[in-house]
Amino acid sequence: MTELKTISGHRGLDHEVELIFELGRQGKCGVDLPEPELKADRLGGLRRRGLIGLPGLSEPEVVRHYVRLSRKNYAIDSGFYPLGSCTMKHNPRLNEKMARLPGFADIHPLQPASTIQGALGLIDHLAHWLKLLTNMPAVAMSPKAGAHGEYCGMMAIKAAHEAHGQKRHVVLVPESAHGTNPATAALVGYTVEEVPANDKGRVDLAALKSKLGPHVAAIMLTNPNTCGLFENDMLEISAAVHKAGAYFYCDGLVHGRRVGRVRPGDLGIDAMHINLHKTFSTPHGGGGPGAGPVVLSAALAPYAPLPLIVHGPNGFELIEDNATAKAHDAQPFGRMCAFHGQMGMFVRAMAYMLSHGADGLAQVSGDAVLNANYILASLKDEISAPFGNGPCMHEALFDDTFLKDTGVTTLDLAKALIDEGYHPMTMYFPLVVHGAMLIEPTETESKHALDEFIKVMRGLTAEAKAGNKARFEGAPHFAPRRRLDETAAARKPILRWTPPPTTKAQAAE
Amino acid sequence: MRYLPLTSADRSAMLHTIGAKSVDDLFRDVPREAYLTTTVDLPMHAGELEVDRQLSKLAARNTAAGSVPFFCGAGAYRHHVPASVDHLIQRSEFLTSYTPYQPEIAQGTLQYLFEFQTQVAMLTGMEVANASMYDGSTATAEAVLMAARVTGRKRAVLSPNLHPHYTETVRTAAESAGLDIIIGTEQTLDGDTACFVVQNPDFTGAIRDLTPLSATAHAKGALLVAVVTEIVSLGAITPPGDMGADIVVGEGQSIGNALNFGGPYVGLFATRQKFVRQMPGRLCGETTDVEGRRGYVLTLSTREQHIRREKATSNICTNSGLCVLAFTIHLSLLGEDGFRKLAALNHDRAVMAADKLSRIKGVELVTPTFFNEFTLKLSKPAAPIVDALAKQDIIAGVPVSRLKPHDKAATNLLLVAVTETTTPADIEAFAAALTKVLS
Repeated sequence: MTELKTISGHRGLDHEVELIFELGRQGKCGVDLPEPELKADRLGGLRRRGLIGLPGLSEPEVVRHYVRLSRKNYAIDSGFYPLGSCTMKHNPRLNEKMARLPGFADIHPLQPASTIQGALGLIDHLAHWLKLLTNMPAVAMSPKAGAHGEYCGMMAIKAAHEAHGQKRHVVLVPESAHGTNPATAALVGYTVEEVPANDKGRVDLAALKSKLGPHVAAIMLTNPNTCGLFENDMLEISAAVHKAGAYFYCDGLVHGRRVGRVRPGDLGIDAMHINLHKTFSTPHGGGGPGAGPVVLSAALAPYAPLPLIVHGPNGFELIEDNATAKAHDAQPFGRMCAFHGQMGMFVRAMAYMLSHGADGLAQVSGDAVLNANYILASLKDEISAPFGNGPCMHEALFDDTFLKDTGVTTLDLAKALIDEGYHPMTMYFPLVVHGAMLIEPTETESKHALDEFIKVMRGLTAEAKAGNKARFEGAPHFAPRRRLDETAAARKPILRWTPPPTTKAQAAE
Repeated sequence: MRYLPLTSADRSAMLHTIGAKSVDDLFRDVPREAYLTTTVDLPMHAGELEVDRQLSKLAARNTAAGSVPFFCGAGAYRHHVPASVDHLIQRSEFLTSYTPYQPEIAQGTLQYLFEFQTQVAMLTGMEVANASMYDGSTATAEAVLMAARVTGRKRAVLSPNLHPHYTETVRTAAESAGLDIIIGTEQTLDGDTACFVVQNPDFTGAIRDLTPLSATAHAKGALLVAVVTEIVSLGAITPPGDMGADIVVGEGQSIGNALNFGGPYVGLFATRQKFVRQMPGRLCGETTDVEGRRGYVLTLSTREQHIRREKATSNICTNSGLCVLAFTIHLSLLGEDGFRKLAALNHDRAVMAADKLSRIKGVELVTPTFFNEFTLKLSKPAAPIVDALAKQDIIAGVPVSRLKPHDKAATNLLLVAVTETTTPADIEAFAAALTKVLS
C-alpha cells in the first residue's frame, strides 16, 4: 500500500514542526514585564539599534512548539537505550527535585562563605564518597564533563613532571581508546603514541613495556576497556608505568560498572575522571550538562586545580588563589573554569549515591555486569562476538562477521532497530573491531526488557541471513525522519535560519 | 532497591544462561588482590523521604538569593525564569535523551540546537554559532586556541578588565598548549599576536566601543575576541559583531538558567562563516531525508575528537544540551520585544541603584557607563563590609578583592549587580545598611 499523504503533513501524533522563527510574529510576547521608566541611559552612546530578529510568540505557542519537538526524541524514559560506553540508565526524579531546592539552585558562586556552608558541605560530602569508593586520597571537583576531567588529570600529571624537573613529551594511548583521550593528550601539549591490543582485546603488555621510557609522561587507559573487557594485567601495567617514572591515567567514563567492587586506588591508578552523568545517573539531557570530577593519587594531589575546599575554624572555606593554596601545601596547576564546578550535577549525584548506599552501589555494578553478560550469552551463537568467551564487564561487543555476504551492514541493522522501537547500539566503536556493535544494557533494565530486546536482535539477524535486505536498507521506516543526508549537510553547511528573501519583497509591496 | 528491576530469581536464571556460578564469577578478570569482598564503609541505601530530609537540611544552610536583598553578579546573574521553561526541559524526551547521534529519532534535540545557534548568532551579531560550550570561561579559552589556529600565531593579549576567573582559565588552557598569554591593552598588540580578548561590558561593568579595538587588532593581523558575561546586555547595547569582533564568546546562564552556585551554565560561541571549520564543539546543520523532508543533523564532525582524535579542534564532547534548551525556550518566550524590555528594565533598575548608592557618603561610582552592573569605590575595604551586611541578610555584591586578591587597588572596590528581580525595597535596604556601616 502506498502511504497515505495527509493534507497537513502531520502524521497523527507526529507533527511536522516549523522553526520557531517561522512561527513567530512581531508584536507578541510570552513574558509580562513592567514598563521601564528610564529617560536617559548610561550606555555610553552604544544603545543597540535595529532589530535583533527574534520572533514574538505567546506562552501557549512556545509551549506547544517545544512539546511537539520533544515528541520527536527517543529517551531512556520511553525505551531501552543499549548505547555502549554511554550508560543510559534510569534518571530518578528525586534527584531533579533536590537540585531545584532554592538552597542549591538559587545561590550565587561568589556569595560570602558564611551564607553557603550547606553547599560547600555537600561538595565536601560528595568528594568524601568519591574518594572512599575509589580509594583515592584527593579529588578535583570543578571539571565540567568527562573530557574536561581528562584534561584536568593530564594537566596534574604535566604539573607533577614539571615540579620534578622532568621533561617528558609522550603519552601512550591504546588504539581502542575513546577519541577524547588522544585529543586531550594533544591539547595538553603531548605527542600521542598508540599501543596495540593483543588478540584477547587487551593492551599488549610486552608492546607497552617496550614503549615505556624516560620520554613517556603517562599512559591513558580505559578500564574496563572499550571492548567491554577488564584489563586483567592492570597491576603489572601500573607497576611498569610507575617504574618508568610515568603516571597512570585511567579513563573512568564507565566507572559505574565496578563501583563497590574494584577501586582504582587498589590498581595503582594516579588519576581518573568520573562522569557523574554516566556513573551516578545525572541526566544526559540531549548532550549535557555533565560533570567530570577527577580522583588523584597522593603523587598528583598537590597539583589539583583551584578552587579547593578546606575545613577552617569558621566552617568550610573556599581557596581561590595560588598564594593561599600554597599556605595549605598545595601547588594548583591553574583553574579549569570560572567558579566551582557543576553544583547542579553534584546535588543529583549525591541524591543518587545516598539513595543507593554502599550496598546498592555494589548491587548496581553486579546487575550491570550480569545484564551485559546475559546479552552476550543470549546472542553469541547467532551474532559474532570477537571476545565471546567472556566474561565481559558492563557492555557486550559484537562484530559484523555474521553479516558477511548478507549485504546488510552494521549501520543497516542499527537503523532497523529504530523501526523495532529501540535506540541503536553504539556502532563502529571501538575502531579495533570491524563493524563493531557495542551494547550496554545498564542495571536499570529488567530481565523482561532484555528478553524482548534479545528476541528482536535474533529476529533481525535471521532476516538478514535470509536475504531480506529491503527492510534494512530503507530503515528506519517508522521514525519522524528517514535517513538524513549527512554528506550534503557537511558539504554546504546551513548552520542557522535566515529570513527568506521574500519577506523584504512582501514588505515592500 | 527501588531503581533495580532484577529479582533474585531473575539473577539465578540469568547466571544459568551465562553458565556462571555467581556474579562474583563474572568479575574474575579483576586481580584478586584488588577485588572487594566487603562493602565500602559508607551508609546503606535510603528511601526518598530520608534522602530528601538529608539534602533539604544541607540546602537550608544556604542563603538563597531570592530570600534576601541580593546584588551579586561578576559573571553569574539572577534573573526570573518563567515556569514553563523548567516544565518543558523536564519532559522525559528532552531530559533523558542522549547526544543526537541518531538523527532520525533525535529531531527534537537537533531542531532546538539549530534554533539556539540561530538565536546566538542574532544576539551577538555574528554569522554562525556552535551548539554550546561548558560555560563562558571555557568558551573564552577555546576562542583563544581557535585564534591561534586561524592566525598560526602563538601569543594572545587579554584585557586587564577580563573577568579574573576567565583570565586564569584561558591561561591554564593556553599555556599548556604552548601559547604566550599577556595581560595588556590594545597597545600591546604586535605582529605575533593571535588575538586580543576584551570583555564588554567589562568585569567592572563599564561599556566601551569595540570598533577602534577591532581596527587596531586587524591592522596587526590579529583577531578580536569579544567576551560577554551578561548576555541580557545584548538587548540594550550594540553587539560585538557590529563592532568588528571576529569571535564572540559568552556566558548564557542569564537566559533560562538558575544561579546553581556556578554551574551548570551554557557557553556561547559565535564567529564568522569563514572560520567555521576551525570552530570547536558540536554544530547542527540543516539537511533533508530520503523523502526530501527538512531535517537536522550534527555536522562538520571531521573537526571533532571522535573522528580526528589527536588532531581535533577541541576535546569537548558532552556540552550543555539541556541548558541550551532552557536558553532557547526562555528567549523564545521573550522574543524581540520581551528581550529588549528585559534589558531596559535591568538597566533602569541598575541606574536607580547606582544613583541611590553613590549619594551615600563614602561611596563613589567609578563606572560612568554600565549596563546592569557597576563598580563602587567605598571609603573602607569592601570585603569586611560585604561580610557585615551578610550578617544582616543583605548580600551586597562581590568585593573585587575576592577575585583580585593581590591587587591593592581593588581593596575598596565593590561590584554591584542589579536585575529585574531587584525591587526598589531591596535597593532601599541595601542603601540604608551601607550608610550605617560606612558612617
